[in-house]
Amino acid sequence: MKKCEDTGYQAVRWNEPLIFELGKKGRRGFDVPRSSEELKESVGDIKSDIPESIRRKDPPGLPELTEPEVLRHFIRLSQQTYGTDSGINAGVGTCTMKYNPKINEKLARAAKLAHLHPDQEEETVQGILEIMYRLKQWLCVISGLDEFSLQPRGGAHAVFANATIMKAYLQARGELEQRNEIITTVLSHPCNASSPGVAGMKILSLYPDEETGIPSVEALKEAVSDKTVGMMITDPYDTGVFDDNITEYIDIVHDAGGLVAIDQANANCILGKLRIGDTGADLCHFNLHKSFSTPHGSCGPGSAPIGAREELAEFLPTPLVEFDGERYYLERDRPKSIGQIGSYYGVVPNAIRAYTWIMTTGAEGMEEVSEIAVLNSNYLARKLIKIKGIDLPWFDSHPLRMQEGRFTVEKMKEDTGIGIADVNRRIVDFGIQRCFTSHEPWIVPEPFTPEPTESVSKEDLDRFAEIFQRVSDEAYNNPEIVKDAPHCCSISKVDLGPATDSEKWATTWRAYIKKRERD
Amino acid sequence: MGGRVGLKGTDGAQIKEKAIRLGATKRSPPRAVEALREIALMKDDIDLVTYPHEMGENEAIECGFSPRVIGSVESGSTTAEDTKRAAREMADLEVDMILFAGGDGTARDICEAIDQELPVLGIPTGVKIHSSVFAVNPRKAGRLAVDYLRGEASLKTAEVMDIDEEAFRENRLSAELHGYLKIPFEKRLVQPTKSASSPGIDEESNKEAIAEYVVAEMDDSIFLLGPGTTVKAVADRLGTEKTLLGVDVVNQDEILARDVNEDEILELVKGKDVKIVVSPIGGQGFIFGRGNQQISPEVIKQVGRDNIIVIATKSKLSSRKPGEPLYVDTGDKDVDEMLSGYMRVITGYQEEAVVKVSR
Repeated sequence: MKKCEDTGYQAVRWNEPLIFELGKKGRRGFDVPRSSEELKESVGDIKSDIPESIRRKDPPGLPELTEPEVLRHFIRLSQQTYGTDSGINAGVGTCTMKYNPKINEKLARAAKLAHLHPDQEEETVQGILEIMYRLKQWLCVISGLDEFSLQPRGGAHAVFANATIMKAYLQARGELEQRNEIITTVLSHPCNASSPGVAGMKILSLYPDEETGIPSVEALKEAVSDKTVGMMITDPYDTGVFDDNITEYIDIVHDAGGLVAIDQANANCILGKLRIGDTGADLCHFNLHKSFSTPHGSCGPGSAPIGAREELAEFLPTPLVEFDGERYYLERDRPKSIGQIGSYYGVVPNAIRAYTWIMTTGAEGMEEVSEIAVLNSNYLARKLIKIKGIDLPWFDSHPLRMQEGRFTVEKMKEDTGIGIADVNRRIVDFGIQRCFTSHEPWIVPEPFTPEPTESVSKEDLDRFAEIFQRVSDEAYNNPEIVKDAPHCCSISKVDLGPATDSEKWATTWRAYIKKRERD
Repeated sequence: MGGRVGLKGTDGAQIKEKAIRLGATKRSPPRAVEALREIALMKDDIDLVTYPHEMGENEAIECGFSPRVIGSVESGSTTAEDTKRAAREMADLEVDMILFAGGDGTARDICEAIDQELPVLGIPTGVKIHSSVFAVNPRKAGRLAVDYLRGEASLKTAEVMDIDEEAFRENRLSAELHGYLKIPFEKRLVQPTKSASSPGIDEESNKEAIAEYVVAEMDDSIFLLGPGTTVKAVADRLGTEKTLLGVDVVNQDEILARDVNEDEILELVKGKDVKIVVSPIGGQGFIFGRGNQQISPEVIKQVGRDNIIVIATKSKLSSRKPGEPLYVDTGDKDVDEMLSGYMRVITGYQEEAVVKVSR
């Protein structure tokens, strides 16, 4: 208990104005020297090539700052952020926020790579193509599927591509007219419903049973029909429960003439333990920015390769990276492919990071990653469920969980009025990352979803649990301190009102000025 | 006040007397106090208006309020009429919200007096709580009221339901939908503050999406539209006026009959292709048997399971205990049996849930 207080955590707080409010007229970072007359003469009038219609009448409204002012501003912002590199990040389940080894970064930022151009002739980029080809081969080995495309830029993009592949496959079989329904489970990542929805298909969601926490086989039987395109689910769920009906689901959907795609975005408990291709699934995707230790990059650039078994490989998005025994090349001539779904090769730096991680971790190492991630998660779970006000739904049927678990503070909220939003605002006072709650809809009320991954130490897990114990004690004895939290962070409790009021919020300085002037 | 002596509610003066003779004590006052204590935190910021004596004054004073007392009652024998008058007079004073302690009977009285004129919230102290206008417990009622008064809660419409007590004492449960009240609810995702005066935007647009899909899929069958706001959205989409509490019959966008009873339905469905559109009513998730008894076992049998279209918003489905099924209680074992198992529920445009249905 005392340990939390002893940390003396106090985030940097600068009250830094927006960069647009900084600076003074006339300040400059550095002066660009004037061109010599000789140079001017030889280059000629470079401005005349710019059409009148796109020329600025006025200079852009940028703040005028010196170099130290700019540097100071961004250093301060970086000091006010929090992440895996600065402290315990065990709470962001579904995201697999593991420590990303710096050697991955070092290689991804190598000068040689920075100087590559995506339009270069294939002969001149054999090295990077070889890395991508070998990464693809590894992913086939890890998933048990036959072919991989590195094209998708994120999980939802990959699921959309898989839904499109299902449609292309049915079209080739002449069944697309008849079939338009995708079956998913409500505890799957919501993109398993929304991506095929965007692709124009009707979505059927299976709900978990009260006792088992997973949908029943009977529910799926009710859902399948001659209209079924396929099933798209995440397994394991973010509740940390592995849906062990999966092989039965696959048989049922196959019997109905549909396909099955399993979302392996977060595969951090099954790497080296289970190959989704061996279950009979047709398609899958991995998020390199989760299990394979590349940065999430805040909505990009992610990378989510999709894998297919042989029969579906011809539909994968192009280009595929191939090797003819002598040279590596990008294969574009694939008539049944759903086509190119992003520019150029894919996210090359992430391919390098993931390849580096696979090569440095090794096959046995990857198995160990899964084991330690699951062990850490269950060690933490044992501590959390002993804390007053915290429960783990479906505990009786699933006392052990995979690499994460979805807990609830519903009891705490009933007893004290302190809900998960309050708890999350308070735990950050102790220098840890807040927890992810849950995707919508909240089947589990007042949820939080810790996922320690393999890279959090036992001491850090103990401390994480101690902090929850402390916040629970506060909720039951001194709730105001939790209600008013955070107290030690860069920003205090935020009034969310203006952020959700379209009359007030602005995502750019220009929009802010416009809205303010209107008032 | 009848709960602890097993009278299943105390509507009507006679039953109330019997309850008192059997040794019932009022459980409303302590529970109302429990709720008011939560609100007492902000007592300097609000004006509390109350009816006299046991209708709130006593409890308010116990919690340290200096309430403004209006109206007059005969202490010791207050009636439903007093409740209605109190609600009416408070509405006329344009209070921000009305907090009441009671059960379904009280909720009905208030609904009758002020309908959806202003926000109302129930502190559950009665035996019968079938209405969705109550907080889960008194403390939560207090907290929710505070959140609302601080502008941190939204408003939604919620069902006022009541069972026929006479039937209930004979062990038949027959709940009817009596109307709607506007109640505050906790915003989990913060919604625009400007919309705090209107029902939750997401819930409404979810209903519209459901309605749009149901209408897009409509064939030339005769449709029985059940009670409730979710089904009403379907009628709105068709451009027809819907009886909120009753069952209406439509064919395409033409209204064939309004607020029909069982016999009228049976007459209309004879030998025709018929579909039923229903939504689970209230917090307990009954598809049939609560508030829509006009759609009787006989009607359901004739229409058939495959022609029943169940619709529900996503928040309604997920507001239940994790994995809890929906229920049917038509009064006919065979029909309940037929309806049990897994059913498709429309939850959005081209979106359905497959949900367990239990007897």
